[in-house]
Amino acid sequence: MSVAPPDATTAPGRVGSSTLRPDGVPKTKGAFAYASDLQDERMLWGATVRAPLARARITRLDIAPALAIVGVHAVLTAEDVPGLNAMGQIVQDRPVLAENEVTYWGQPIAVVAAEDRETARRAADAVIVEYGELEPITDLVEGHERGLVFREHKARRGDPEAHGEVAVEGYYEVGTQDQAPLGTEAGIAFPDTEGGVDVYAVSQWIHVDHEQIVDCLGLRPEQVRVHPAGMGGAFGSREDLSLQVHLCMLALHTGRPVRMVYDRQESFASHVHRHAARMWYRHEADRDGRLVRVEARVLLDAGAYTETSPAVLNNAVYFAVGPYQCPNVFAEGYAVQTNNPPSGAMRGFGAVQSCFAYEAQMDRLAVELDMDPVELRLLNALETGDRLATTGQLIEEPLPTRAVIEAVRSLPVDADRPGNDPLGLPGGTGLTTPPNSVVRGVGFAVGIKNLAFSEGFDDYADARVVLTAAGVEVHTAAIEVGQGMVTILQQIARTVLGVDQVAVIFDDTSLIGSAGSTSASRQTQMAGGAVYRAAARVREEALRRADGDDLTGAGVWRDGTVVATLEELCGSDPIEHEVRYRHIETAEPDEDGQGSPHVDFSVAAHRAIVDVDPELGLVKLVRIDSAQDVGRALNPQSIIGQIEGGTMQGVGLAVMEELVLDRGRVLNANFTDYLLPTFLDAPPVQSVIVEEPGSWGPFGAKGFSELPTISSTPAVVAAIRAATGKALTRVPVRPEHIVGIE
Amino acid sequence: MNVHFTVNGEEREAAVQGPESLLFVLRERLGLLGAKDACEQGECGSCTVIVDGDLVCSCLVMAADAEGTEVLTVEGLATEDELHPVQQAFVEHGAVQCGFCTPGFVVATAHLLEHQPAPTEPEIREALSGNICRCTGYGALLRAVQSMGGASP
Ligand code: FES
Ligand code: FES
Repeated sequence: MSVAPPDATTAPGRVGSSTLRPDGVPKTKGAFAYASDLQDERMLWGATVRAPLARARITRLDIAPALAIVGVHAVLTAEDVPGLNAMGQIVQDRPVLAENEVTYWGQPIAVVAAEDRETARRAADAVIVEYGELEPITDLVEGHERGLVFREHKARRGDPEAHGEVAVEGYYEVGTQDQAPLGTEAGIAFPDTEGGVDVYAVSQWIHVDHEQIVDCLGLRPEQVRVHPAGMGGAFGSREDLSLQVHLCMLALHTGRPVRMVYDRQESFASHVHRHAARMWYRHEADRDGRLVRVEARVLLDAGAYTETSPAVLNNAVYFAVGPYQCPNVFAEGYAVQTNNPPSGAMRGFGAVQSCFAYEAQMDRLAVELDMDPVELRLLNALETGDRLATTGQLIEEPLPTRAVIEAVRSLPVDADRPGNDPLGLPGGTGLTTPPNSVVRGVGFAVGIKNLAFSEGFDDYADARVVLTAAGVEVHTAAIEVGQGMVTILQQIARTVLGVDQVAVIFDDTSLIGSAGSTSASRQTQMAGGAVYRAAARVREEALRRADGDDLTGAGVWRDGTVVATLEELCGSDPIEHEVRYRHIETAEPDEDGQGSPHVDFSVAAHRAIVDVDPELGLVKLVRIDSAQDVGRALNPQSIIGQIEGGTMQGVGLAVMEELVLDRGRVLNANFTDYLLPTFLDAPPVQSVIVEEPGSWGPFGAKGFSELPTISSTPAVVAAIRAATGKALTRVPVRPEHIVGIE
Repeated sequence: MNVHFTVNGEEREAAVQGPESLLFVLRERLGLLGAKDACEQGECGSCTVIVDGDLVCSCLVMAADAEGTEVLTVEGLATEDELHPVQQAFVEHGAVQCGFCTPGFVVATAHLLEHQPAPTEPEIREALSGNICRCTGYGALLRAVQSMGGASP
């Protein structure tokens, strides 16, 4: 078979340097194996029958016409699911294949395997499904009123009678955003000779996939091996299972390897999206601008199944006030069940929605107080030694909120008027508005999010570090989604061990323990923390074995001379240490949402400058600058890449990205109609890296990669408000909102 | 039917069924997996190749229409032991994250620089606006292209 997990070659580079990624060369040559590239001579192609309606009873299901097609080897339905017909990493409630009813558009009903892709697709079309359509629940408020709630969360802190002298209220909405990773869902499964299966597919956490796949297949854990596969991005969309169980079922049924690659429409239909939100807010402050009280109510559209909605919802409530102090907080949130597309994780995970609302509120408050909006933020900034407004948790780790605000504020601002070059104006050369009526605005926003898993979850990462005569091997189940995990782990191992030759090997679930999820901005601290500690033990043992005082690629040193080469040290007996690394314990909050549910936080600030054509409602981003708290910068080039990329996803939510729904169906499930920022939409981003080393990440590093997506959206919208004077309480902002014809 | 064409300087022949795209035939029949499929709609540029000197989305070209053409894919850019300068610049400037967009960007950039050795920033943005990158936000891509074109970063 021609399957190899992505691994790493070597390049020198220690912590702190912009070490180049080892997979950069194969990726530029088109030689890197993505999940969609995996194949085998004996493979069949899989395809999926999907529901065309968001809510219906299945009144007839007939697979005979599909089975009759020459070249079709299997057509499987809910009846054929060997184990539990339910998936989900928090609650197992989403069927592998729909049984009797469908509850979202695109829900899988049957899967087929055939000799080639075309035949598989034809067979999927040939399956007869008849439906009795039911009225889909698509309105969040209606769902909430009917009590269709997966999770509610409340935060009550301080004095219910306390009030400020100045108050502002607002209602805000966030549309449904798609992660749109360029690589679609893809994978291949190989049956073994004893009834077990190997599956290679897109994933952000192969061990949690493994648990669910085992349950669905009704196999013993050791019969299923889940392998990492090359990822074309993820951004949260690969936290929940997609085609894994389908592939395994087809492979086990046919006795042949089975491959599936979703097309873009299926990709939109099959993975979870960012929760659409509706939010009601009231902020009260004293005359000097200090927050006295915040009330917030948040509804999130969870779609038909639980997925990660409980955690997203709690995050939206935990960060309902943002990176600000406030003694009296009354916030509540509900993850509402609907027949809209499924929702779950996307970069920022609940903190994005609230940030859009609380930052709009802070701007309103500044206007009401006649105060500079940046000064208002500095005055209320939450820092080390303060308590998180919603939970009362004491912030013990560094939190440079004022530093990120000041850093962005001190970056130079462009001219306060647009220029005359049509190419630089909204609408480009097609601009019909006189250039001098184009208006410029500046907007500012700050965001906060927790790092790693919270609320008492047993959050750990395993890693194994091996020193051989050839160099160092780092074994991990952390996932390289594109963020640069492979580079960071190499840098950490090199720096601890002093050996340049480091290969990172992404093992399958049978070879190494869980690294936890590659999400929640956690892997630099978690997988990185495990590698750091395992490498330190390897170094200790190396020094002990040769009674030395230093280790490098040349071997073990004592008093300035090499006393044992790597060959002599471990040529026949490699030094190997495996570590399970846990961050400090967190705890579930009490019934008022009070306590210490989080281990750490990161903050970021953005300042956006936009030009707006008020007649056509067109927006052009002039620039968006950012300052980011990273603890310690392990790889500056990679950090800048995360800031710029994350920022652009926030810009997308601000002005263009939204699933358009009709009765729960997605009308724009393709790249022609779901607009993503292109090179022409992307403004220059100037980034400041703020370093205040934390106590627990390797070398003081903190995770941060979700943050750039959190504060960029409200900064852009604030800039458009500043340019137009419009309230703009919904994202994405569309031309009709600016022109005022809606 | 069979289609005959030159791919990366080699005469190739491939079986084509009905309306299969050039992208599908390159990837699935010829084993050239460099060009990627992210939309099959001409919107993302992941499948970009050069056909008879023109930059095209290979997902939009019928394989049958490639008969007699000369096709250059990302696999045809590097030599045995040396990256193409565009590939080198991408690696050095951090223009690659997940890399799914990379083959398309590499081919489009090579084509741009061949026709316009020193593009201005607006020209770079315009020329590469048919390629979507979801990871980098385009900053590192811009710096990579600028590093090769003489225009100051
Ligand atoms: S796959 Fe051809 S343009 Fe997207
Ligand atoms: S690097 Fe991932 S899409 Fe460009």
